[in-house]
Amino acid sequence: MTTSSRPACEDTRREGGAGAPLPAADDPVLDVSGLSVRFRMRGGRQIAAVTDASFRLRRGECLALVGESGCGKSVLASALLGLLPANAQTAGRAVVGGLDLLAADERTLARTVRGRRVGLVPQSPSAHLTPVRTVRSQLQETVRELTGARGSGLRARAEAAAERAAFPADHLDRYPHQLSGGLAQRAATALALVGDAPLLLADEPTTGLDRDLVDRTVDELRRHADAGHALLMITHDLAAAERIADRVAVMYAGRIVELTDAPAFFGEPGPRHPYARGLLDALPERAFTPIPGMPPELGALPTGCAFAARCGHATTTCETVPALRNGTACHHPQEPTRA
Amino acid sequence: MLELHRITAGYDRRAPVVRDVSLTVEPGEAVGLLGPSGCGKSTLARVASLVHRPDSGTYLIDGESVRAWRHRAPREQRTAFGVVFQQPRQAADPRLRLTDLIAEPLRAAGRRTGAEERVVELAGRVGLSAELLGRRPHEVSDGQLQRACLARALVLRPRWLICDEMTAMLDASTTAALVAAVEDYRRESGAGLLTVGHDRTLLNRWCDRTVHWTELTQAENPSPPKNKPSGA
Repeated sequence: MTTSSRPACEDTRREGGAGAPLPAADDPVLDVSGLSVRFRMRGGRQIAAVTDASFRLRRGECLALVGESGCGKSVLASALLGLLPANAQTAGRAVVGGLDLLAADERTLARTVRGRRVGLVPQSPSAHLTPVRTVRSQLQETVRELTGARGSGLRARAEAAAERAAFPADHLDRYPHQLSGGLAQRAATALALVGDAPLLLADEPTTGLDRDLVDRTVDELRRHADAGHALLMITHDLAAAERIADRVAVMYAGRIVELTDAPAFFGEPGPRHPYARGLLDALPERAFTPIPGMPPELGALPTGCAFAARCGHATTTCETVPALRNGTACHHPQEPTRA
Repeated sequence: MLELHRITAGYDRRAPVVRDVSLTVEPGEAVGLLGPSGCGKSTLARVASLVHRPDSGTYLIDGESVRAWRHRAPREQRTAFGVVFQQPRQAADPRLRLTDLIAEPLRAAGRRTGAEERVVELAGRVGLSAELLGRRPHEVSDGQLQRACLARALVLRPRWLICDEMTAMLDASTTAALVAAVEDYRRESGAGLLTVGHDRTLLNRWCDRTVHWTELTQAENPSPPKNKPSGA
């Protein structure tokens, strides 16, 4: 259990300074390698929620993790925050600021990770905020816990935190139910930014919002990435991903099947994995055709490529799991010319 | 034909969300209703599907005037509608297996004969495997549960489908699959559709006609100038 970096980390915080130890410009903020999550179920069954995920994320960079519901992307987020249920087993590493999040104990996670190394922008802000307390009261509590500020400074710092997330100061004394969806989202984002965590984790931050609000939310998140945070956005909204991401990781049945630059993914030459192509072709502005079939159960994955059963290019080689090579985990990556 | 005329509806009589709105849907027509969150479009969809009684206005279904809403509505009017909501978790009884969830309207309408075959047929249409039919809502993904909710909406062979943000929670491929399932049913049955959402690209692609909420509250009501509904 690494706790070595903790005192240093807390000290910088107390001075009201720059936040957790920022890595050098080129070091990844988040380095995930071989991350797997298994759930042990009754009767000895196993659910392979995440398998062998590896990626890096640098300062100022946004990676969008896309995939359909139930593909394991939210489990990956929970693993990074140490919020997996007791029946989960993890393997691999996920390093932020020298600390392996997967190996850290609860005390370390509570005191040095959540809010400090990793800030969470939640899926449903209205459910994330405490309904019986005002936004100001919640922000002040978070500021107090994360920075140790007390007294008159506390109020000022809470107001500064609200301003960073563009939350209007005259709404600070409102309760969550008095806020619109967009303002609730900003309040939740303000909470996530208080600890100045190098890594921001946004789990479906745009679900259920209308297009204008999606664009605004996403643009604000982008602004925080540009300010030096590393941003991991988990989403099924491809339009939001296109708007914000530098790179895209496509997850299917617990594995990252494509990891590539966003402009190449959404524009030319387009994705190379047949699943990623199918996902883009399902968009109403493109072919609007669904991928045939349904994803396999994570408790009963085939031994080979999990997408083979739905794939028009599958051959006998697909009976083995393809490794992620040149950003694509496929035995038959599609040629970079769009049909 | 569905004719909603000068409907005012909401949850507080002093501050209705829907004010003086008119909308018609021709038989077999697919109408997309666009609007930002909180504008009242879902409330109008609830009025159209007889689950919310408006404060004022008239509503004709195929020329017949609606006098009662919710459980008071006559069965032949109620069962003419299939409704799919935005959040399948909140729209599904957690105790029911998917097969019972889909068959529930048949049970409620006293049409139990042949229910099993009907459920299997619908499961195929919406892309649910036999194994999934035996599960309860917490054992399936949002996308799978929404597929079951669509099957439930189709089980009584409704003449009208009302989809309230049916695909807002879903990924692109599941969205395309569910829209295709709705369109298959409509092609075969001639059912009309009112679908509500905020994704312009999707509704334009899906529907014969897309109307924006602001057009309903202004253009379609040439009658007296009124207080502008508080938009967003």
